[in-house]
Amino acid sequence: MAETSGHKGTNYMAIFWWLAVLTVIEIAVIYTPLARLIIGILLVTLAISKAALVAMYFMHLRFETRTLAYVALTPLAIGTLLVFVLLPDHRYVPHKTAESAKIEAPAH
Amino acid sequence: MSEAVATHPAVEPAESPLTPESWGKLGMWIFLAGDAVGFGVLLASYGAARASSADWPLPSKYLGIQLTALMTFLLICSSVTMVKALESIKKANLPAAQRFLALTILGGVFFLGLQAYEWTHLIASGLKIFGNPWGATLFGASFYIITGFHGLHVTGGVIYLTVILVAVSRIRDLGYSYMITEIAGLYWHFVDLVWIMVFTFIYLL
Repeated sequence: MAETSGHKGTNYMAIFWWLAVLTVIEIAVIYTPLARLIIGILLVTLAISKAALVAMYFMHLRFETRTLAYVALTPLAIGTLLVFVLLPDHRYVPHKTAESAKIEAPAH
Repeated sequence: MSEAVATHPAVEPAESPLTPESWGKLGMWIFLAGDAVGFGVLLASYGAARASSADWPLPSKYLGIQLTALMTFLLICSSVTMVKALESIKKANLPAAQRFLALTILGGVFFLGLQAYEWTHLIASGLKIFGNPWGATLFGASFYIITGFHGLHVTGGVIYLTVILVAVSRIRDLGYSYMITEIAGLYWHFVDLVWIMVFTFIYLL
């Protein structure tokens, strides 16, 4: 048999309930009267927790060799880098349309 | 080589050698890592477009959160049936494995049906690739590209799992069936994982 180690003791139903509860919390969070930034931080934390549960238990990453963990973590590192690369663009720069340009430019 | 091993006996920590089974897993993980970068690029550029837009609509106000929450629940359920299928093969219970695989496929098909319903509804409301009645045009384009790319993955997953179901039903080698189901399961769980991110970044934030 291919699989002899590790994940046979995993309680998949417990993971399922965790994922379901975290999803309900996510939806509840967007209706709370908190600041947008706090809601954003909470949502991203909840999403990362859910993704980690799926990867660690459903995809058995917790019980795999270190090589697979490195492969799985590579896109996370690239993604984080990408966010920093795009940070200069994450500023408020209103898009100018042809109509707004006409309004701003005085007609001579 | 043996000399090098003799002089550095404890260079590498003990890890199981890569068997043909784990070569397959390694191959799938490398593919998924590449695919994850693809989704990462899409989501990061969505963030950049949104941050630099003056009239980006609040998605949760216009997109059906209840419906997509149901879609999320459906994918989580299908992930559970997928691990149950694998567990059944391990216990040499082939009929149960076939049932769970069929349920997983059904979950994927339902998900696609709900996505088609959602898209039809949104298109009828005026949200198009080149048009958005609630503000920034890029909102429509990025929404359809990201959810469409994920939907394509689900479609691919449904086809992939159907092939695996047929293979598991025909092949009587349980070890081989376990291997191909586990590798297909990795893909299916990845689709679920990506949806968790899409649901948060596109619908909730």
